[in-house]
Amino acid sequence: MYRYDEFDEAFVRDRVAQFRTQVERRLSGALTDDEFKPLRLKNGVYLQLHAYMLRIAVPYGTLSSRQLRQLALIGEKYDRGYGHFTTRQNLQFNWPKLRDVPEILDLLADVEMHCIQTSGNCIRNVTADQFAGVAADEVEDPRPVAELIRQWSSLHPEFDYLPRKFKIAVTGAQHDRAAILAHDIGLRVVMNAAGEIGYELMVGGGLGRTPMIGKVVREFVPKDQLLTYLEALMRVYNLEGRRDNKYKARVKILVHEIGIEEFRARVEAEFAMLDGPSIPADTEELARITAYFAPPAYEKLPAIIPAFEAAKRANPAFAAWVESNTFPHRAPGYTALTISLKPIGKAPGDATSEQMRVVADLAERYSHAEIRVTHHQNLVLPHVKQADIFALWQALGEAGLAEANVGLITDIISCPGLDYCALATARSIPIAQSLQKRFADLSRQRDIGPLNVKISGCINACGHHHVGHIGILGLEKRGEESYQITLGGDATENAAIGEILGPGIVAEEVPAAIERLVGVYLAHRKDGETFIEAVRRLGLAPFKAAFLQEAADAA
Amino acid sequence: MLLDRDGLKADLYRRTVGHNESHVLVPLADIEATLAARAGNRGIGVEVANTTKVADLAPHLDSLALIAIAFPSFSDGRGFSIAKSLRNAGFRGTLRAVGPLIADQFAYALACGFDEVELPAESAARQPIEIWLAAARAFRATYQRNHNPAGASILDRRWAAKLGAAKLGAAE
Amino acid sequence: MSAPKQTPLPAILLANHLLDGDVVFFTPNGWSRDPREALVAEDRATAEALEAEGVAAFKRQEVVDAYLVDITRDSHGLPVPNHFRERFKVRGPSNRPDLGKQAEFV
Repeated sequence: MYRYDEFDEAFVRDRVAQFRTQVERRLSGALTDDEFKPLRLKNGVYLQLHAYMLRIAVPYGTLSSRQLRQLALIGEKYDRGYGHFTTRQNLQFNWPKLRDVPEILDLLADVEMHCIQTSGNCIRNVTADQFAGVAADEVEDPRPVAELIRQWSSLHPEFDYLPRKFKIAVTGAQHDRAAILAHDIGLRVVMNAAGEIGYELMVGGGLGRTPMIGKVVREFVPKDQLLTYLEALMRVYNLEGRRDNKYKARVKILVHEIGIEEFRARVEAEFAMLDGPSIPADTEELARITAYFAPPAYEKLPAIIPAFEAAKRANPAFAAWVESNTFPHRAPGYTALTISLKPIGKAPGDATSEQMRVVADLAERYSHAEIRVTHHQNLVLPHVKQADIFALWQALGEAGLAEANVGLITDIISCPGLDYCALATARSIPIAQSLQKRFADLSRQRDIGPLNVKISGCINACGHHHVGHIGILGLEKRGEESYQITLGGDATENAAIGEILGPGIVAEEVPAAIERLVGVYLAHRKDGETFIEAVRRLGLAPFKAAFLQEAADAA
Repeated sequence: MLLDRDGLKADLYRRTVGHNESHVLVPLADIEATLAARAGNRGIGVEVANTTKVADLAPHLDSLALIAIAFPSFSDGRGFSIAKSLRNAGFRGTLRAVGPLIADQFAYALACGFDEVELPAESAARQPIEIWLAAARAFRATYQRNHNPAGASILDRRWAAKLGAAKLGAAE
Repeated sequence: MSAPKQTPLPAILLANHLLDGDVVFFTPNGWSRDPREALVAEDRATAEALEAEGVAAFKRQEVVDAYLVDITRDSHGLPVPNHFRERFKVRGPSNRPDLGKQAEFV
């Protein structure tokens, strides 16, 4: 993992001191509320329905045990004993007081963390494949370049007052687990014909009011030119992105309006004129950063561990959990484990301080003190010996963290919705809970197989509903909460925006409607065909018919 | 209120063109006429909107003493990019940011190549000069290399520290 | 020209406390965290006075986001917002009855 040196440390300390003065100036009237708002947002502080909310950056989703313990402490001391992991791999606390935020930022700085640029019209926290450095299908670990981008984008003097927020996601793998095509910039580590490693850049993806899939802006950016290229691209966006309409200000709209060819031409023209990036020495700096991400010292282990295989045979519940919650590790005898934060009936992505401590302890004992946060709002222990998995599963079970549903229909992505969020138009969490209860039976979930349900409580789409196999969008219709169902979305390298099935339905009707969609799949699927594969083959029509039939029956 | 990294300063420039002013600030549309009428005058400045293309200013960069870039609101960051582009294009005169900036943007403005900030009275009344000078020093160093002579780059310091350590090691 | 949208009556004034973030209500005795104490404006003049209080408290850096919310009185005479969004704001998260005002002031 990356470790701060004295300069990184001084930087976050100065940032805390700066925020302290900003709060003081807001209280003295030196800063108006309009002026203070973007400053607090750029330190992760929102004003929500019931309280302030603090969004803490988890850069590229990587946490140490020590950091997770500190988050647990903050949750207890300044919040209500729990936090919420988000689709951008961050952690949100729902109840902090503004007067306490500087102290919380001090505590975060103590463990090399911060809230810098987790909101606001700037370059946001960089997200990454949760299996970075672990996955076998990886050209190269994308975390070093993610850290380089974190440093470059932190308080970038030219790009802190952009037309709108700007999100970057990175992956080094063939299979996209970081939804890079749904980001303003998606970066994929690639190897060119000459065997050199560089980056493929996608631009103009994004969800929200006008969902779009990212388009390739450059197939290969050499490593040492990345920051210069990004600077050219950001300058084009900063100067040309629309500022007349908040809903048309994302880079995806600029790319859409002028076309990807014209956008590319403008970036290349700017790139040709730049005399270098504002961060010097990327090659050396990248090498310095990369050294921090050297793989841990794995033991030489056999690929098959007899005791592990025996435990699976003896305990079907354990076997089921292993099947859904483990991911093949590149080192023989090791596994990456996903800890589901979607126990039936709980708010998706929530973890109590107690649970955070359990995970921190288990990571220390079994996973080189490292934890990852996934954009699916789960946690990962990336380096677990197969021989330890059974003991780990038992320990997780005692903390209520052994739900065997990763990738299944109850592994639901959900934003906080109107239970917390000031922007929401309807609730999300109770919808997720009602679906989890409806599909609680694990053998049935396993029979249905991989299925991503994603719920957003408003058009801003924090719950990624557009790219859910089944998407649910909460809206207000005639003074009531109403839910629009979409089908066929996909967040991977096969990225697709889901299509709306019909008119909005009320909350009570959602489980039965989803049941109908699943029913169509079960009735028509061919051998081994997943839900999304069946949707692609069958098209929308049979699902739409079943959905409308359900709506008619409910009426 | 006009200020730079050293504090408050008097504004020599006048926006109305009279006979005797040594320093005038004119809109882009008047720049060619002004330059022609005042050949040899070293105090000509131009004031431009933040939608102005750097290419439109390029022919005049050597003749202009000052370029003032308007910030219609503090949240509109286009001026930062224009400033960097002008410095990149070789402009060596004074760059002024004009508009309701906030003190926390002062370091950004300096880093992007601005020399001074001209504030409307309302925001100046709330944000005295001390706040600006403190805000400019809020960070001991930042990650980007920049145009502010007083603004240190973390990467430069990091490599200097490394080189220093290497030299020390070699000397021992 | 359309007239500015007028909040139907009866209405209460709520806001978020600037330093705490907590939802606060204007009462006959100033601001309170307890929704049961909210002053209910039954007539336009009182509603306007409430709005003026909101503006004044914002200018004193005490509260932010102050606005009128139309309500109906429940069987105990307590104000209940008519819109579901404001009902959550006054009660707390519906999935966590142990948190928020619903846990504190019932």
